[in-house]
Amino acid sequence: MTVTTSQPVTPQNKRNIFQQLELDVRLLGMIGAFIILCIGFNLVTDGRFLTPRNIFNLTIQTVSVAIMASGMVFVIVTRHIDLSVGALLATCSAVMAMTQTEFVPHVLGLGLNHPITWIVAVGVGLVTGTLIGAFHGWMIGYLTIPAFIVTLGGFLVWRNVAWYLTDGQTIGPLDSTFMMFGGTNGTLGTSLSWILGLVATVLALLVLWNARRAKLAHDFPVKPVWAEVVMGLVVSGAILGFVAVLNAYDIPTRRLQRMFEARGDVMPEGLTMGYGLPISVLILIAVAIVMTVVARRTRLGRYIFATGGNPDAAELSGINTRLLTVKVFSIMGFLCALSAVVASARLANHSNDIGTLDELRVIAAAVIGGTALSGGFGTIYGAILGALIMQSLQSGMAMVGVDAPFQNIVVGAVLVAAVFIDIVYRKRVGAK
Amino acid sequence: MTTPKELRAQGATPMVAMDDISVSFGGIKAVDRVSVDLHPGEVVGLLGHNGAGKSTLIKVLSGAYQMDSGEIRINGDKVEITNPRDARSHNIETIYQTLALADNLDAASNLFLGREIVTSTGLVNDAAMEAECRKIMGRLNPNFRKFNEPVSALSGGQRQSVAIARAVYFNARILIMDEPTAALGPHETQMVAELIQQLKAQGIGIFLIDHDVHAVMQLCDRASVMKNGQLVGTVDIEDVTDDDLLSMIILGKKPGEAAA
Repeated sequence: MTVTTSQPVTPQNKRNIFQQLELDVRLLGMIGAFIILCIGFNLVTDGRFLTPRNIFNLTIQTVSVAIMASGMVFVIVTRHIDLSVGALLATCSAVMAMTQTEFVPHVLGLGLNHPITWIVAVGVGLVTGTLIGAFHGWMIGYLTIPAFIVTLGGFLVWRNVAWYLTDGQTIGPLDSTFMMFGGTNGTLGTSLSWILGLVATVLALLVLWNARRAKLAHDFPVKPVWAEVVMGLVVSGAILGFVAVLNAYDIPTRRLQRMFEARGDVMPEGLTMGYGLPISVLILIAVAIVMTVVARRTRLGRYIFATGGNPDAAELSGINTRLLTVKVFSIMGFLCALSAVVASARLANHSNDIGTLDELRVIAAAVIGGTALSGGFGTIYGAILGALIMQSLQSGMAMVGVDAPFQNIVVGAVLVAAVFIDIVYRKRVGAK
Repeated sequence: MTTPKELRAQGATPMVAMDDISVSFGGIKAVDRVSVDLHPGEVVGLLGHNGAGKSTLIKVLSGAYQMDSGEIRINGDKVEITNPRDARSHNIETIYQTLALADNLDAASNLFLGREIVTSTGLVNDAAMEAECRKIMGRLNPNFRKFNEPVSALSGGQRQSVAIARAVYFNARILIMDEPTAALGPHETQMVAELIQQLKAQGIGIFLIDHDVHAVMQLCDRASVMKNGQLVGTVDIEDVTDDDLLSMIILGKKPGEAAA
């Protein structure tokens, strides 16, 4: 079959500045809402909300839910749901806590704080999470039990497996290296953060440049040069600004003193050091990038979205949708375990109630971030932004002094309102 | 080039032979010992009422359903088709009545669904797929413009051209069309008719499922009529009239019997 004619590429009539920049209007709406929220809280709290300290705390509090929310996007896109993520996190956390406080020090006889403890613990945790996720996926895909039921069962089972494993005790303190994965216990310091920020900026600009070159190579329409430059500036500004803010949060003097004492040094008078990028945030960024690449640039991602859009079409196209379900839930399980590392490291121990209600926060973050429960639509960055918005609301209200019951009432109302706005938006733009 | 009719007269091996196929759904025989065959460059129409079993029969060939008994031979060799991937590996492509497209993906993603072009690093190559998609759509439907929108934004005819492009692009030898013109306007129907002639000329065998007797009279070389899961008969289109076909569909009688 010879192919002679080719379809001409017509330049589209660009109407407004957003279309010229080829930005997602939905994303802009979310960022706008987030900015308004931050400025609002900042005014009410007399400038206490937008301090480096609070932004730092907000970031490390968001990480655990955001990691799981990115996996929940895949689950919801394929028209499933996972109600067990908080419980699964607890089981993974319990397994890792027992590994590093019982198995490695006593059974292997390596003692506490051995250099390989954290590797064994994290490895065991990730394998546990992935296997449990795969088991859920197998029951959903091959035994065709609805995901709602499988994970509702899992919610009860794994929460109590965690309890059984630890006899309901709080396990701690955890391994000192392991604790670096959570919040303030493990940060890069200012210089390393700046270097990483600059590397990230260069990489981001390269990605933009390559995308443009790929389009030009096939004679597809490209954005005007000024739009590319604006995008580049915004991206660089965002990355470096974020690093600058985290670097600006100084380690409290007494904590710094203790750090020097631990090393046997004496702290020089008047020394200040910034925290810089927390390792947990780096993990989240890595997860976000990998998951976005999987969603957009791999066959797996393509099949996940195709199955969500039309399961029959996917099946008839030769996609093994059962195995796909197993893969999606395995990814979810893996991310729950990764979240468990971050969450337990941040708390410096495993407590029996770790991850309680996380399933609802995770689902809410994905949904606020634009993942449609009817399947087929959702973005990783949306879910992460959703998690950030939820966490900001919660901690902002706590800062303002809103009573605890009202905090949850507001978060619940915001969830419903966000989905309603999304429905109205989708109707307006005519998308399904 | 020998015509399909001459091939049949010579007793040539058909490219597809479905022999004695039966399919049951919980005690109901949806297809009851039906045999049909197809030669290169031939269009065989499958006719019958709703529920006559024609879609079920053809889904056995495309791998969507499993047969309970019977045999499928491709160019004389017995083959096992247990899923859509098996069918594709025998160059059998299907255009479904329900337009099996993922509404949330764009035309190129649908065209290559399950067979994506990947780069050397194993990532999907969207730019290359869009370029290929533009090429084939330029041939099938030159008015097609919406390459970067989800197919839910397309008209019935545009969606149909994506579905047809998918079958044509991957060098189908055997094409199954399940009511390809059901959702289309007159102009688009004409477009599909021209395309069928074009594919015939390339030696592709086509099973065409249709309700419309006139379309079958116009496009097909032979017609197999089914009623209540059984084959009423297979006739040469040249030998029959619209009314003969209709009486086969409605009364379940072959032309000779009807005249008697």
